[in-house]
Amino acid sequence: MDGKYRCTSMRTFDSISSDLSAGKTSCEQITQEYLRAVEGGKELNAFLAVFRESALEQAQTVDRRLTAGTAGPLAGTVVAIKDVICVRDEAVTCGSKILQDFRSLYDATVVSRLKQADAVIIGKTNMDEFAMGSSTENSAFGRVKLPLDQSRVPGGSSGGSAVAVAAGMATASLGSDTGGSIRQPAAFTGIVGLKPTYGRVSRYGLVAFASSFDTIGPFALTVKDAARVLHVIAGYDERDSTSAAVPVPEYAGSLDKEVRGVRVGIPREYFEEGLNEEIRAALERKIDLLRAGGVEVKEVSLPYTEYAIATYYILVTAEASSNLARYDGARYGYRARRTGDLLEMYTKSRSEGFGPEVKRRIMLGTYVLSAGYYDAYYRKGQKVRRLIQEDFIRVFQEVDCLVTPTSPTTAFKAGEKVDDPLQMYLSDIYTTSANLAGIPGISIPCGRDRQGLPIGLQILGKHFGEPMILRVADFLETAG
Amino acid sequence: MAMWDQRYEPVIGLEVHAQLLTQSKAFCSCSTKFGQDPNSNVCPVCLGMPGVLPVLNLSLVEFILRMGLATHCSVAPRSTFARKNYFYPDLPKGYQISQYEEPICHGGYVEVELEEGRWKRIGITRIHMEEDAGKSIHDLDVDTLVDVNRCGVPLIEIVSEPDIRSPREAYLYVHKIRQIVTYLGICDGNMEEGSLRCDANVSVRLKGETKFGTKTEVKNMNSFRFVEKALEYEINRQIDLLESGEQVVQETLLWDAGQGIVLPMRSKEEAHDYRYFPEPDLVPVVVTQEWTDRIKETLPEDPTERRNRFVAEYNIPKYDADILTSEKALADYFEAVIRGLKTKSEENCKLASNWTMGDVLRVINTEKIAVSDFPLPPAHLAEMLNLIIGGTISGKIAKDVFEDMLKTRESPKVIVEKKGLVQVSDIAAIETIVDEILAKNRQQVESYLSGKTQVLGFFVGETMKATKGRANPKIVNELLRKKLEGRKE
Ligand SMILES: [Zn+2]
Repeated sequence: MDGKYRCTSMRTFDSISSDLSAGKTSCEQITQEYLRAVEGGKELNAFLAVFRESALEQAQTVDRRLTAGTAGPLAGTVVAIKDVICVRDEAVTCGSKILQDFRSLYDATVVSRLKQADAVIIGKTNMDEFAMGSSTENSAFGRVKLPLDQSRVPGGSSGGSAVAVAAGMATASLGSDTGGSIRQPAAFTGIVGLKPTYGRVSRYGLVAFASSFDTIGPFALTVKDAARVLHVIAGYDERDSTSAAVPVPEYAGSLDKEVRGVRVGIPREYFEEGLNEEIRAALERKIDLLRAGGVEVKEVSLPYTEYAIATYYILVTAEASSNLARYDGARYGYRARRTGDLLEMYTKSRSEGFGPEVKRRIMLGTYVLSAGYYDAYYRKGQKVRRLIQEDFIRVFQEVDCLVTPTSPTTAFKAGEKVDDPLQMYLSDIYTTSANLAGIPGISIPCGRDRQGLPIGLQILGKHFGEPMILRVADFLETAG
Repeated sequence: MAMWDQRYEPVIGLEVHAQLLTQSKAFCSCSTKFGQDPNSNVCPVCLGMPGVLPVLNLSLVEFILRMGLATHCSVAPRSTFARKNYFYPDLPKGYQISQYEEPICHGGYVEVELEEGRWKRIGITRIHMEEDAGKSIHDLDVDTLVDVNRCGVPLIEIVSEPDIRSPREAYLYVHKIRQIVTYLGICDGNMEEGSLRCDANVSVRLKGETKFGTKTEVKNMNSFRFVEKALEYEINRQIDLLESGEQVVQETLLWDAGQGIVLPMRSKEEAHDYRYFPEPDLVPVVVTQEWTDRIKETLPEDPTERRNRFVAEYNIPKYDADILTSEKALADYFEAVIRGLKTKSEENCKLASNWTMGDVLRVINTEKIAVSDFPLPPAHLAEMLNLIIGGTISGKIAKDVFEDMLKTRESPKVIVEKKGLVQVSDIAAIETIVDEILAKNRQQVESYLSGKTQVLGFFVGETMKATKGRANPKIVNELLRKKLEGRKE
């Protein structure tokens, strides 16, 4: 990484681990370094809350465990959490004024699993309000800036979590991905972002945007680190009925830079007009490397791709309109002052508490679920979703994974798309299908464009096919 | 007697909500216990905190399957939940989890007896699961208060076909549903307290017409009596409208028990567009054949079948059997008493029936307790009946023994022995007393001899008084008659 944000604390778990076992550093010292980086990078606006005291306390505990030889698998890792995931007794704002002063009563399952694995939780990161956005400009607490060029956006909605890792403020971070909110900011900031299979990671404690799309996943500097974090947070959770009782493999252990015989599909529809030429070229170079590595590369087709964005916005807004109904000012969160009757309390609290993009989506979602429109929009959307899923199922009979661009462009300028929602929605054109189908996807760095901005390469796998996409990602990370 | 213009025919469908007696709520592990401090049976899930997820309580499925199977419904091997969206302060999530397009049970029926031997089958369209909302308390000086304890308490909704043709039938139907849910032990069936709630869809049409008229929905009929009254009122209201050339407006009405009329709901409470859609946080409920088979095996005997068996097996009148089987606990009590009888002759079974319907029910009703809380074990009652049957105590003494048992919880034998209540059947002993009484009451003896034989009752009473009720009344009667008749010569 360039310039001022290439700081000393920017390191992988492997280097931290070896320093820890060599006695060169301590978890507390590492945490101190990251806290300094967070302090130094304040202008990026990546963090909404920093847990200085509790992080150091936690680090001391980890150090004692390291000495005693009882430390968990993530000892030495410092993790930032997107502010849409609950940490007990801490604020969970979701980037919204409506939850400005709200504190969570409990730990999300992923948070308790991280704590149990001895990861230190450093703080909560900024995001698009309720994870709705692709640029982290829709935050009630100000936009997040791309470290490389602060006039640009880091992608979204998990922009804060992406920047936290890209700028060396955490070893890894958690984001949420409903339509690309992990993969696209990973691409913009030049790091690794993994969206697991729907059901792979418990959603308990993730504030819902679109329940049948939302997934929690890690950002990291390397594929291996992302795999390590996934291993800790994945697995069945009795508190989430939609989490899967599928065994969790040792993801990081099977990464051996070996891809011979793997069948990779290149979906035609992901390389059509609208894709930036530099990105296309960068991807083609990587695809050549795959061939050279013994991969069988073949062109495939996902014919329903063109309906993905429309289907996605019908279904996620429908779910969002219901999921966000609880923020009504009645029990917790923001309540407008001086309201007359109940209806006025609702309308004022919600009008003042939500930002414009959230309101736009609530209205869209309410509309598509309304009597008389349900069949034309929601029900039809469900049907197309099934067709998109079937597209992938069919393709995965021929190939083991797919390689596509993560985003049609590199990081764009702040303000460039805020007034054009449709343009903004199109920046998710390559990522939403994975959420519609519930399959895993990973974005890894794929060189830079002429302006020096990172390009992202996406690998999509079949349901619970994380080992395969991690394997190919791990190969590409160092190849060439 | 029908109380409306007989050229018209009412068409009624009922929606009955039954609150289930599961230990914990539908989608979290909070207790469903009643009467707790406001907002004490709550957790992040039923409070609708950000980030929480529902987890289905399997006993809710067990309970609804019991109801579905008892009402001859088909069970969907796969059913789904849906969200019913609306804003209300006592609805923390802004939606209720319910079932909409794919309910778990459908296509069943119940049978009600309209009059002696005339049965009517009423179809059940569907039975589905849902969660209850909380309670808003408005009638205070301060702002509206909300109690979330009831939020998430499981309900089932039983939707009937529009097969009901009179308020009486509606009453019998709701009664039947209540009887079934209490038999199954899935709901306490209390309408006044709201554990059983009933809404009706009502329309009228001229007899012979096959199309349905415009319907209204009547809510808030919170007792069996009100179901009949409200429907009768609404039927007449609709007929009056049609007769005066007006139209019935499709709307939701509330029964006002105070005024005895229905009133339109204020527009704010009017039915919304609930924007139902599949609940993405829950997976479909899959019910296997083994599961339904297992539940079928544990279903209690159907109340109607049980009533018929009582008549056939114990030779008690149908009237008695109806009352005794009105509630499962009462029927169970009665059968436990029968099991304790030494001989189960028709006469003895009738004795058991009389005591259960009479004295046992009287205590239950005056104390306002549940049958299960009735303090006397059926074995004790049976033991007491055996004492009557064997001639050890008289029926009259038994009344005292019964009261004593209620107070002391002691066995009837112990009470009878302690208090020396054993009946005196020794003829010589009774004769001595009878002679004394006849000697003391010359005047009454004269009137008997002059033909006023009704004074016999006086002598019986005096004798019983003298023996503190312990003399065998049969022997007393015989002796007195013999002695008095003997003096006539
Ligand atoms: Zn609860």
